[in-house]
Amino acid sequence: MEKKIVVLLEQREGKIKKASFEALSKASELASTMGLTVDAAVIGGSIENLADVFHYCACSLVHFSHAELNLYSTSAYKKIAADFISQSQAEFVLISNTALGKDLAPVLAAKLNTGLVSDCTSLSVNGNEIVATRPVYAGKALQEVKLHSDLKMFSLRPNVFKAELLSSKAEEKITVTQVENVDLSCRVKEIQRSEGKLDVAEADIIVSGGRGVKAPEHFNLIEALAQPLGAAVGASRAVVDAGWRPHEDQVGQTGKTVSPSLYIACGISGAIQHLAGMSSSKYIVAINKDKEAPIFTVADYGIAGDLFEILPVLTEEVKKLKG
Amino acid sequence: MKIAVCVSHVPDTATKVKIGADAKSIDPSGVSFVLNPYDEFAVEEALKTKEKFGGDVVVYSVGGDQVKETIRKALAMGVDEGVHIKSDVPLDSFAVAKVLAQEIKAAGSEIVFMGKQSVDYDNGMVGQLTAEYLGWNCVSVCVSFQLEGSTVTAGREIEGGKELVETSLPCVITAQKGLNEPRYASLKGIMAAKKKVIQEKAVTGALTTAENLLMKMPPAKNPGRILGTDSSAVPELVKLLHEEAKVI
Repeated sequence: MEKKIVVLLEQREGKIKKASFEALSKASELASTMGLTVDAAVIGGSIENLADVFHYCACSLVHFSHAELNLYSTSAYKKIAADFISQSQAEFVLISNTALGKDLAPVLAAKLNTGLVSDCTSLSVNGNEIVATRPVYAGKALQEVKLHSDLKMFSLRPNVFKAELLSSKAEEKITVTQVENVDLSCRVKEIQRSEGKLDVAEADIIVSGGRGVKAPEHFNLIEALAQPLGAAVGASRAVVDAGWRPHEDQVGQTGKTVSPSLYIACGISGAIQHLAGMSSSKYIVAINKDKEAPIFTVADYGIAGDLFEILPVLTEEVKKLKG
Repeated sequence: MKIAVCVSHVPDTATKVKIGADAKSIDPSGVSFVLNPYDEFAVEEALKTKEKFGGDVVVYSVGGDQVKETIRKALAMGVDEGVHIKSDVPLDSFAVAKVLAQEIKAAGSEIVFMGKQSVDYDNGMVGQLTAEYLGWNCVSVCVSFQLEGSTVTAGREIEGGKELVETSLPCVITAQKGLNEPRYASLKGIMAAKKKVIQEKAVTGALTTAENLLMKMPPAKNPGRILGTDSSAVPELVKLLHEEAKVI
């Protein structure tokens, strides 16, 4: 029998998320190395970009459809996904470690009585096995883990694996299955969006401010730079604890661990908790008065000066470039 | 109402990590251990729930003798009783969740609070696993919690916002920063905690499925360049970001 890898995709508001395409891309690569076939599944009401799946992976896709399942329900999703995985007799399952994946994957692993490695940043093939690498202590160290269960689940950290397009689109194989009798004993009733706000966990560029910004109202300098860059605004723990910025903006060990392409730290000295949360960013810029600040040990480029003088000039230069 | 709260004993977040001689864990020498920061929010929510609805709060922790220290911290904050589930070997999240589920079931608790993850291994799954082993629902990563009758409404942090989740008792709630402001232990609380009972239980039959092969430091970063000390360095910075790094 052919060995299989299942990818559980995630839709939000009727669109499959980028993080799911990252997982599909990884599955596609593992499938060709290990000689596996890929089965993908997505749960939701109407989904507009189903066909995009085949740009990333040659697979068969099942869309489990039910009008009530546009919004996430742990209890319903768990049952549908567990049945799908059991029937496919998969050996591996990939899911992205988004808010939904973090909630669903462990519940699913317990229900299927199998092992799960969460928040993987790399999966490597060793013979017939997959060895997962994941950050521990908020990225201060890395751990390599192997599972001994028959079925092996891995959740992948978003924004780390690349969503790579196939050289040519694979054949569209979509089955729509209408779901009945859903268990809604744990369900989302409503979503409250932070209007027009980009989340630091999903952003490609982050501009962060720390104590050096001196007052909550001065975050307008940070926001002004973030705007032309299309960046999210982040914050250090000190300014979140002081109540200047909401907790969801916090980057670091008791906030979010991020790996954007570019991280601009303004007035952040670089406490170890903060460095742990952002040092895996591809490029780091530090703007800080104190040239001895630890942030400069992880920065690619730095300006050791006054952010109140530098940021307005930087914002203008970026605007000129984006012209 | 019987309320359970599960806590773990973890290195302080200011710890500088060094890899131990076994190359599978960190070197614990010189590391100070604390109550897991996310568990502080869980303890606070458990105490608030007791204050509102009555009942008692029992704190559970799995690990070696050193976890008693963390149990005492929760007792000092106002938790009524402690249960130390003793294991001298490290257990994975699945094994921890299995033993917690056994104890919680035997105690007849109706609600369990715990942190959304421990800041050591950062797996973020014990809450969800425990719920599934109990056959309960779990709402993870909560920034708000409300109980009315047996209906639970909790806010979960998601990308770019939050979602309001509805479920009912019994259930497991995992706490995210923002859920509440944890209280400090008062002197009176600390004194009282010394007299509170910590029951000791042994771990039976917990198997691990995940094998920890190796722990290592992340690749070191090359020190970067300081381009200047004022805004005259900005044009060069923008040029480097655009042409060398190609990120803007």
